[in-house]
Amino acid sequence: MSRTIYDLIGLAAGIAFILALKGLSHPKTARKGNLIGAFGAGLATVVVFFYASPSVSGKPESLPLNNLGWILGAIAVGLIIGVPAARRVQMTQMPQLVALFNGVGGGAAALVAIVEYLNLGLEATTAQVVFTVFTVIVGCVSFSGSIITFMKLQELMTTRPVIFPAGRFVIAATLIAVIGVGGWVVSALGTTPLLILAGLSLLFGILFVLPVGGADVPIVISLLNAFTGLTVAASGYVLDSVLLIIAGTLVGASGTILTRLMADAMGRSLFGTLFGAFTAKQQDSSGAAEDRPVRSGSSDDVAILLNYARRVVIVPGFGLAVAQAQHTVRELADLMISRGIDVAYGIHPVAGRMPGHMNVLLAEANVPYDQLVEMDEVNPTFGQTDVAIVIGANDVVNPAAKTTPGCPIYGMPILEVSNAANIIFLKRSMRPGFAGIENELLYDPKTMLLFGDAKSSLTKVVSALKAL
Amino acid sequence: MDAMAILSIFVLSVFVGFEVVSKVSSTLHTPLMSGANAIHGVILVGAIIVADHSKTNLELGLSLAAIVLATINMVGGFVVTDRMLEMFKGQKK
Repeated sequence: MSRTIYDLIGLAAGIAFILALKGLSHPKTARKGNLIGAFGAGLATVVVFFYASPSVSGKPESLPLNNLGWILGAIAVGLIIGVPAARRVQMTQMPQLVALFNGVGGGAAALVAIVEYLNLGLEATTAQVVFTVFTVIVGCVSFSGSIITFMKLQELMTTRPVIFPAGRFVIAATLIAVIGVGGWVVSALGTTPLLILAGLSLLFGILFVLPVGGADVPIVISLLNAFTGLTVAASGYVLDSVLLIIAGTLVGASGTILTRLMADAMGRSLFGTLFGAFTAKQQDSSGAAEDRPVRSGSSDDVAILLNYARRVVIVPGFGLAVAQAQHTVRELADLMISRGIDVAYGIHPVAGRMPGHMNVLLAEANVPYDQLVEMDEVNPTFGQTDVAIVIGANDVVNPAAKTTPGCPIYGMPILEVSNAANIIFLKRSMRPGFAGIENELLYDPKTMLLFGDAKSSLTKVVSALKAL
Repeated sequence: MDAMAILSIFVLSVFVGFEVVSKVSSTLHTPLMSGANAIHGVILVGAIIVADHSKTNLELGLSLAAIVLATINMVGGFVVTDRMLEMFKGQKK
């Protein structure tokens, strides 16, 4: 295949990626957009087998590709691992799977840069070495950082910010060392400095993400996603591939915007999240189990309260996703609507573990779109709401975000359920939410708590309500 | 390829990337992130190219590892995004 045709097909794939991102930005075209993206990626992958790219090492350019069997075998292994993981994952675990996929992408980019560097040897131009260094650093940071976010979300480690004494100095020193070794690689060339660089970058990625906790984790995933995009673009330069430059830059740019949109939706400063590692202070752990009285009720109490309400707002959170209670909550809502009660779902943009998590979850249960009300619209209506049912949510309704400067969620806009006449919390336990902070609302006299798994609690409420 | 052409491609791609996602509703943040994540799995192309260029076993081994990781990123990413979006169907009205 001639270079011209190869490049034209690469351009077609690049256009497919633009259309994919555009499609994914609108609900109606999202699924088609994703398929277009997959088509573009598939096309680009197939075409590379039919074009012998010139190798600087002077290897004869011939088809089929060298090591063809190995290449196909490795792709098969990737498919065997990737497809079942993506198909079988529970809705609740999707965020961490995305983090993991992003991490392996970053790792792949770093490996590609290392191999091409070894391959080019002394023939590499300075520009190529600079881009290689960039790819290795950012790819490794993305890889190890994503693994840490995965472990946090999977709760293989604490979800709270991990802060150790003099942490910021250790992090700053590591960063300086990374940059220093990067300069060493550029000036001295050599395999050992490059491997040291990779090791230090992996370490930096871990240190960079450890102090991030709670609500900031999704923002960091999005940021690392943008990072990986940029490494792909840099590899494109080293490998002389226009397609990789276009695709990587698109992801880098759109990922940056997306990160900012998410940060805005959560009322976080992107800068604060980014440099949280340097500014994080040891928080006073308010985790000391408070021994204040709470009012807990039975499913019958809840059903009675609901039966005499005129307007009910359901506030879903991560607990709903964990319990897979989306169908049950819809049953409850339908039952209330059939009794003439005005029902709406109050959707916090970052309820759950990722922005839009609740929309996806409730969409699965075929909840009508117009019942999902976004935060800005639902907040003014809490004053006329008789009952707010908070199902497995905590941080997104925690007034501490407004009243307690310095707490991890301070400044995040919340759903103001405290304005409702009655509040019902469906909770598994008194354990604080993801951000690990106490919720004053639980001790409010107009709050009633119904302990237990969201699904079984809701089922009981539904049957109690039917019996009334 | 000359530096100016690459710079032009880069800068224009940045603008396109900014433009296409600038007005997305928070509902679609997660699928969009996941879809963009899958797109950078196209590094698979780069991994295949370096596997073709590999001269030593070390180079081949590393590039095969890159192929495995990139395939997981690309294919897994598109599949998981599709699964997320599948749940939006049937409620257009």
